[in-house]
Amino acid sequence: MKWINKNSSFLLPTVTTIIAFALWEAIVRFSGWSNQVFPGPSLVFDGLIELVADGTLFKHTVASLYRVTVGFYLAVLLGIPLGIILGMSRIANEMFNPMVQFLRPISPLAWIPLAMLWFGIGDNPAIFLIFLSCFFSIIMATAIAVRRINPIYFQVATNFNFNRTEIISKLIIPAIIPDVITALRLSIAVGWLVVVAAEMIAVQSGLGYLILDSRNALRMDYVMVGMIVIGWIGLCIDIIMQKFCKPKWGAY
Amino acid sequence: MSYIEIKNINKSHYNKRNKKRAPDDSTKIGFIQVLDNIDLSFEEGEMVCILGPSGCGKSTLLNIIAGFDTAYDGEVIINDKKVKHASSNHIFVFQQNGLLPWMTVWENMELGLRNIQDTEVKNERIMEYIELVELNGFEDHLPSSLSGGMQRRAELARALAVKPDILYLDEPFTGLDYLTHLKIREEVVNIHEYIGKTMIMVTHFIEDALIMADRIIILSERPGRVLMTRKLDFPRPRNINKDRGLSELRDEIFLMLGVSYVA
Repeated sequence: MKWINKNSSFLLPTVTTIIAFALWEAIVRFSGWSNQVFPGPSLVFDGLIELVADGTLFKHTVASLYRVTVGFYLAVLLGIPLGIILGMSRIANEMFNPMVQFLRPISPLAWIPLAMLWFGIGDNPAIFLIFLSCFFSIIMATAIAVRRINPIYFQVATNFNFNRTEIISKLIIPAIIPDVITALRLSIAVGWLVVVAAEMIAVQSGLGYLILDSRNALRMDYVMVGMIVIGWIGLCIDIIMQKFCKPKWGAY
Repeated sequence: MSYIEIKNINKSHYNKRNKKRAPDDSTKIGFIQVLDNIDLSFEEGEMVCILGPSGCGKSTLLNIIAGFDTAYDGEVIINDKKVKHASSNHIFVFQQNGLLPWMTVWENMELGLRNIQDTEVKNERIMEYIELVELNGFEDHLPSSLSGGMQRRAELARALAVKPDILYLDEPFTGLDYLTHLKIREEVVNIHEYIGKTMIMVTHFIEDALIMADRIIILSERPGRVLMTRKLDFPRPRNINKDRGLSELRDEIFLMLGVSYVA
């Protein structure tokens, strides 16, 4: 038992994964579907090897990751400062909050026709869609986090004569980091969801395109390779975000 | 003229449900009066304790004196100057959470000393006050890793390191266990004797006021009026049970606040 406890964060997920693969294989065997309709793990693994060997998988993965990264960074670079302004200024909030709330529920996918018209075919429309899907939740989470700061900290700042820069750098930014990190974790996951959908329409590369293209070629094993890689990268992104973004003072 | 003059302070909160008023109430309809004509004066170097039942506006009064709250009628004059905003010379010690949680004890202490250019002087000053409150070895700890009593001491040290002219303490012993409460109370008394600066403390512990204060102010229930102001010159260290005068004063205060029997 002790050994299991010690290694549980590695061991237990491995056990579940093995069980999931066994279940998958069992369903394939007993479902009666052909390998073309529902390929089993071994076939998908072969497909994975093929796609890795000829370099297509790497190319598509890099294309998707590039779009998510650029779109996400743009959303962070714009969203956090604007969120801070909205959180600090009542006037700015009253002017722009309804606009944010109006644009936020419009699915990024609804922007696809306009995005293609404005940005053409290629990386840019996909980047724009990912930016949209991350931007509004980041701006909102940041503004709420600023408004949630304990007013005592602002009194301390007044008492010790903070100027405006110090209020932002020594008070607001450190105070909102825990909330903002949670928002970033959620929004990069959404961005990763959206990139696949965007790539099915607007571009000729990326994991979404790989899935669509394989479907057209009736290669369901490649389709499943694409799905597995997407899930696996999503998992990795979350682990990385968790690892690197722990504020040292924890939640308070 | 006294060091701190508080002249005819009236303060009311807006309350839309307040449609009626008592005949002797001069507040506007729609408002609830919190402080009613507070008129006080304190001498320099005094330890003043403001006592009162909960909700009587004593914290509000302290916020007004400190310059955090400016929406009131009347005047606060400190050292011949009207108080219009908080001053970095008059430090406020909060009930809790006064330390910035993302900064270590050391970084928190530096907040009030940002205008000192010479690092050596600054470091010496910080060490002096860390030693005063016996937090040596905890300089690089974050507030969340300190106990409640240590956090309170760290905040006291941060306030004292500024060498403020006035120290405001808003129920500084709330949330501490009894023993820590007594220890920190003793430390504050010692510190007051050591630095000799004016301290104004709000508390609802009558014993604390009797042990610590040079002057006691008692406020009534809302709207807060001054029920009593008394200068205390009992010798220190004080013991309420051994000093007849103190225990009589305690019973008098209890009676005044509506408690007739004290075990």
